Amino acid sequence: MSGDHGLEVRGVSLTLDGQPVLRDVDLVIGPGELVALVGPNGAGKSSLLGVVVGDHRPDTGTVEFAGAPLAGLGAREAARQRSVLLQETRLAFGFRVEDVVRMGRTPWHRTPAEDSDDEMVATAMLRADVADLADRLFPTLSGGEKARVSFARVLAQATPLVLLDEPTAALDIRHQEQVLGVARSLADAGAAVGVVLHDLTLAAAWADRICVLSEGRVAADGAPVDVLVPDLLAEVYRHPVDVIVHDGRPIVVPSRKEAVACQAAS
Amino acid sequence: MPAMRVGSHRIRVGRATILFALLSVGLVAAVIVAAGHGQLDIPAREVVGSVLHRLGLDIGPMPHAPQGENTLWQVRFPRVATAIVVGASLATAGALMQGVFGNPLAEPAVVGVSSGAALAAAAVIVFDIGTFGASTTAAFAFAGGLITTLIVYLMSRDGGRTEVVTLVLTGIAVNAMASAGMALMMFLGDTQAREEIVFWTLGSLNGSRWPYVWVIAPLATVGIAGAVLMAGKLDLLALGDRAARHVGVDVERLRLVAIVLVAVLTAAGVAFAGIIGFVGLVVPHLIRLAVGPGHRVLVPASALGGALLLVVADLGARTLVAYADLPIGMLTALVGGPFFFWLLRRARRTAGGWA
Repeated sequence: MSGDHGLEVRGVSLTLDGQPVLRDVDLVIGPGELVALVGPNGAGKSSLLGVVVGDHRPDTGTVEFAGAPLAGLGAREAARQRSVLLQETRLAFGFRVEDVVRMGRTPWHRTPAEDSDDEMVATAMLRADVADLADRLFPTLSGGEKARVSFARVLAQATPLVLLDEPTAALDIRHQEQVLGVARSLADAGAAVGVVLHDLTLAAAWADRICVLSEGRVAADGAPVDVLVPDLLAEVYRHPVDVIVHDGRPIVVPSRKEAVACQAAS
Repeated sequence: MPAMRVGSHRIRVGRATILFALLSVGLVAAVIVAAGHGQLDIPAREVVGSVLHRLGLDIGPMPHAPQGENTLWQVRFPRVATAIVVGASLATAGALMQGVFGNPLAEPAVVGVSSGAALAAAAVIVFDIGTFGASTTAAFAFAGGLITTLIVYLMSRDGGRTEVVTLVLTGIAVNAMASAGMALMMFLGDTQAREEIVFWTLGSLNGSRWPYVWVIAPLATVGIAGAVLMAGKLDLLALGDRAARHVGVDVERLRLVAIVLVAVLTAAGVAFAGIIGFVGLVVPHLIRLAVGPGHRVLVPASALGGALLLVVADLGARTLVAYADLPIGMLTALVGGPFFFWLLRRARRTAGGWA
């Protein structure tokens, strides 16, 4: 892993089915940084993630990691650079939880890193709090449990770039905090971590920087206190919000009175 | 914690070993019984004795009956060998397809490979083609299966991705076109060719001979070996196309190789035996119920299980009704049909919970 270069997305535009989804997007996630991607539904968060991991080929722009274009790597090499947690966590057959987590180790087969497979799998399951589910069959788990098992699989992959698409969507408060805590510690250990989040308060609490996407463009990118300001958020989300600062971190709540007044007026 | 994991790992390895042992013992026993039964019964120890003598070991009795040795080596063993090769090929093709499409109901027949291969084989019968001698039917069945699968694959492919639902629906359309072609072949053929096609679509191991075995055995070996080699990657496809790519699988390439292997295996399965359905569906499912869905065990165990199932089914086809050789495809469908019902009901109850 090179020292200075993390993920560098430059001037990325993407059209899907004739609809422009991303317009000239820049995003940088340095090693050791946790960046939250936020924005309203359909703002292009998941599409941006898709471009970064190579699911979509951008019309223009470049995606580089550690100073080299990610698109130039073969599937296996790319899988040693970046791991991805998708929103949907489906599985075609009834594999056991431990087998699913072990799937994250595949890119390291026939490399020296293979020797630590058992240890990495065990650690990943402990960190994602799924160790006690090890022998359960994946399809029999609840939505939140499936999400945590998939998170464990991502951890087992042990890559310097980690991308999580709404990892907390199906989780209770304890596990939301736990998952983002682990993401934070990955960043502290030197990984570049990108997380798509809907909960702005959660993003403010855990991220170094927040990148706000709106209609396929970057509306703001910076420290939580600079980005999470009422005017900007109200414009992006088309809903008035209040921002309260608690323990030095912004807390974002939808402003209900104003909204009712707005709706009544219109 | 690590101790517990190692423990459960050991239990699973143990189960797989037991399964392989059971299937191997069952297959050997079924082969001996099947070779000894028919219009001329030969006791099991004489069957074993005859085989050992051929291997140069002077152990056990030779068949007593006049013509016993000839019956064994010219009629029974080629037929049993064909059953082994065909059963192993069909079951492996089923396991491979289900893995590739992440769909437990996928089978060569569903996606149109079988009907494509059948159509090409029917053309060989009707036009009396003999380009490659004994291998002509196999060669055409392979070409037919491969062409059909490629058509299905290319038509259901969009932007480098293949949706499973689209693929299965395209398979239905291709199946319909192939049966139209089959009807045309029957129309064009004379009475004898028509009869041959009808019996061929019913499936039968009647008239198996060593030269046929030498044609399909290498195909089956290549297909099964290839399937075993890609078994580890097939596990990852269960995650879905995107997630499989994210953990380092070149999904499109894996699919293409798998499709060629399925065509090879289907060709070996249908070339001389005709259409024998449900083996590719039933066997992998039973194996999954026993040891779970991991393909490293599933693929070789399906090959063994398919061979065992077909040797037993063919024994039934020959001996259930005296002096009649029942179509084996009818027997497997008779057992496989209700099994399919049961699978569908079970899938509905445990939505997404395919074991």
